[in-house]
Amino acid sequence: MIELKIKTIEEFQNEGTSPEILFWVGCAGSFDDRAKRITKAFVKILNSANISFGVLGKDESCTGDPAKRAGNEFLFQMQAMSNIEILNSFDIKTIVTTCPHCFNTLKNEYPDLGGSYEVYHHTQFINKLLDDNRFSIEGGSYKGKKITYHDPCFLGRANNEYNAPRNLIKKIDAELSELKRCKSKALCCGAGGAQMFKESEKGEKEINIERAEEIKNNSAKIVATGCPFCNTMLTDGTKSFENEDKVEVMDIAELIVKAKDL
Amino acid sequence: MQYIPNIIFSALLISSLAFFIRNLKRLRRNINLGKGKTDPITNKPQRWKNMARIALGQSKMVSRPIAGLLHIIVYLGFIIINIELIEIVIDGVFGTHRIFSSIGFLYGVLIGLFEIFAVLVLIAVIIFWTRRNIVKIKRFFENKMVGWPKLDADLILYFEIILMSLFLLMNATDVEFQMMNNGNIVSGLIFPFFEGFSDQTLYYLERSFWWLHIIGILIFLNYLYYSKHLHIILAFPNTFYGSISNSGKLNNMKTVTNEVNIMMGKAVEPETNEDIKFGVSDVTDLSWLQILNAYSCTECGRCTSVCPANITGKKLSPRKIMMETRDRVEEFGKNIDRNGSFIEDNKKLLGEYISKEELWACTSCNACVEECPISINPLSIIMDMRRNLIMEESSAPVELNNMMNNIENNGAPWPYNQQDRLNWNE
Ligand code: SF4
Ligand code: SF4
Repeated sequence: MIELKIKTIEEFQNEGTSPEILFWVGCAGSFDDRAKRITKAFVKILNSANISFGVLGKDESCTGDPAKRAGNEFLFQMQAMSNIEILNSFDIKTIVTTCPHCFNTLKNEYPDLGGSYEVYHHTQFINKLLDDNRFSIEGGSYKGKKITYHDPCFLGRANNEYNAPRNLIKKIDAELSELKRCKSKALCCGAGGAQMFKESEKGEKEINIERAEEIKNNSAKIVATGCPFCNTMLTDGTKSFENEDKVEVMDIAELIVKAKDL
Repeated sequence: MQYIPNIIFSALLISSLAFFIRNLKRLRRNINLGKGKTDPITNKPQRWKNMARIALGQSKMVSRPIAGLLHIIVYLGFIIINIELIEIVIDGVFGTHRIFSSIGFLYGVLIGLFEIFAVLVLIAVIIFWTRRNIVKIKRFFENKMVGWPKLDADLILYFEIILMSLFLLMNATDVEFQMMNNGNIVSGLIFPFFEGFSDQTLYYLERSFWWLHIIGILIFLNYLYYSKHLHIILAFPNTFYGSISNSGKLNNMKTVTNEVNIMMGKAVEPETNEDIKFGVSDVTDLSWLQILNAYSCTECGRCTSVCPANITGKKLSPRKIMMETRDRVEEFGKNIDRNGSFIEDNKKLLGEYISKEELWACTSCNACVEECPISINPLSIIMDMRRNLIMEESSAPVELNNMMNNIENNGAPWPYNQQDRLNWNE
C-alpha cells in the first residue's frame, strides 16, 4: 500500500505556504470505520492528482448540522462560530468535503455567521479536476458493469447537485441503472435531521429498509452514493440480502479508486 | 317594477363582494398574527419569475402528468370562462341581454371557447371525482382527511359540475342566442333537446339558469375562505414569497446569534429588553409566511405521499402539519373575533395539534418541500417546533441529548476525542 500524503493546515502555515484547498473530513470521515475508508479513497485521488490540500486535524470540530436539525440552534451557532474563527484564522478560501451534511452547512449556513467559502462536495471537485485536465478517469475495472446511485438528500434536493456524481459513474464506463425514485424524487436513507443518532419513531418499517427494497428491485449489484451516513444506512438496510441479491454499497470516490487501481 | 331584477342583482353582487372583502380582511389579520421572524424578501425579479412559472405556469403540477394535465384544464377553464362574468355582471346591473353580442364574430369565438372549456372542465372534474371516490387514490386518504376536508374536496367538484352545466344550459335555452348561431358550438347541440318547449317556457328556463349560475358563482366566491380552494388566490403570493435559496439552507436565528455572541464575549449591540422566545409553540410564534403557507395549502397530499417517514408508517404527515396549523390559526382568530383579543384557551399548536412524535420523525429530507406544487415549506414549521422543544422545553429524545452533549464536549456527535481526529489514517 502506498503511503498517503496528508498535511495539516498548521504544517502548511509553519512552512509559510498554504494549500490549494482545505479537505474538511467531517466527524463520520474521522471516526466512523466505514466512512474512514471513504476519506482515504478521496485522499488517494487527491494525491494521485497532485493536489495540494490540508486538513484541520484536531482543529476540526463538528459543523453543528445534527444539532441544528435537532433544533438546538445554540449549539449549532457555537460550533459554527468557533469553526469559522479557525477557518478564517487560516485564511481558508476553498473547502472540499466528502460529507453532504458538512457541505450543505458550510456552503449555505455558515455565510450568515461570517464564514463565506467556496465549498465543494468531493464529487463536484473531482469533476472540476477532470474539466481542468488535472485528473483523468478512463474506463477501468467497472467497464460495462451496472451501478445504481442513491442521491443523498443534502446533495440532491438540498443543493440541486444531481449530475456531478452521475457524470463520474459514466466516466468509469459503468452503466448507470437508476433507482425508481431518483434525483429530486429520491427517497431519503433515513439518517438526516439527526435521525442517525436516535431510534426512529413507531411505524411499520425502517426507512432504510424501504430504500433497500427498492435497491433489490434494481438489477445493479453496486450501489454508489456520496454520503457517509447514506452509506451506513444502506449498508445496514441491504446486509440481509443473500446470494444473487447481495449488493455492495460504495462511495463514488471508492469506485474511482478501484476503477483506476490507485 | 321593471328595475326590480337589476336592483336584486346589484344588491346580491354588492353584499357578496362585501362579505368576500370582510373575509379577506380577516385572512390578512390572521396571517399577520404571525410575529416570528422571516428572512428579508430580496431579489424581487426572481420572485416574480417563480410566481409566473409555478403559480401562473403550473410548472410543478405536471410532475404528476395525469393530475397535472387535468388541473391545467380546470385552471385554464376557470380563468377563461370567468371572462364571461364581465358580460353577466353588466347585463345584471343594467338589465341588458348579452351586451357584447353586437361585436359579432369575435363574440362567437369567445363564447365558443368558453363552451368548449366548460365541457373540458366537466370531463376533468368528473375524472377528479372518480379518482377521489372510486379509484380512491391513496394520497387523498389519511386520518386527517375525514369530515370537512373530505367533504370540502367533493363539494368543490360538485360546485364546478353544477356551474359548468348551468353555463351550458343557460346558453342552450337562450333562443335569441341560438338563433344568432354564433359561438353556440356546444349549446347548439343541447338546444334540440328543448325543441318542444314554448318560447315562454324557454325564456323562464334561461332566466332561471342565468340566475342560478351567477348566484352559484357568488356563493363559490364566498366559500373560498372556508375551503382548501383558497389556493386559487393564495398560490400567487405564496409562490412569490416562497424561498429562493437552496432548500438545504435552514434559516439562521438572529436572536440566538446575539446570545451566542454575548456568551462568547464578543462585543454586541445592546439587546432590546423584550422577552425572547425560541422556536414555535403556537400561532403568534409562527411567521406570517408560515401562516400564509397554511392558508394556501390545497391538501393535495403530494408532500405526504413522498415523505419517507409517512411512507414507512410513522405518524408524521407534512400535509397534516399544514392543515393543523391552519385549523389552529382559524381557532385563534375566532377567539379574537369573539373576545376582542385572544383569551387563553389552554391549547397550543405544539401539543394539542401537532405532537412531538410527529416532529421527531422528520429526516429533514426536503422531499415535501420539493414536491409541493405551490412552494409550501412544511419542514420550516417542523424545525421551528423542534427548536421550541429543545431550546424552551429541553425536551429531546435521550439519544439526541447524548449526541448534543458529545458535540458540546468533544466536537463530534459520538464520544470520540477531538485530539484523535487525524487517527483515521492509522
Ligand atoms: S422533510 Fe420531514 S416532513 Fe418533509 S418529507 Fe422529509 S421527513 Fe417528511
Ligand atoms: S403542503 Fe403543498 S404538497 Fe402538501 S398538501 Fe399542501 S399544497 Fe399539497
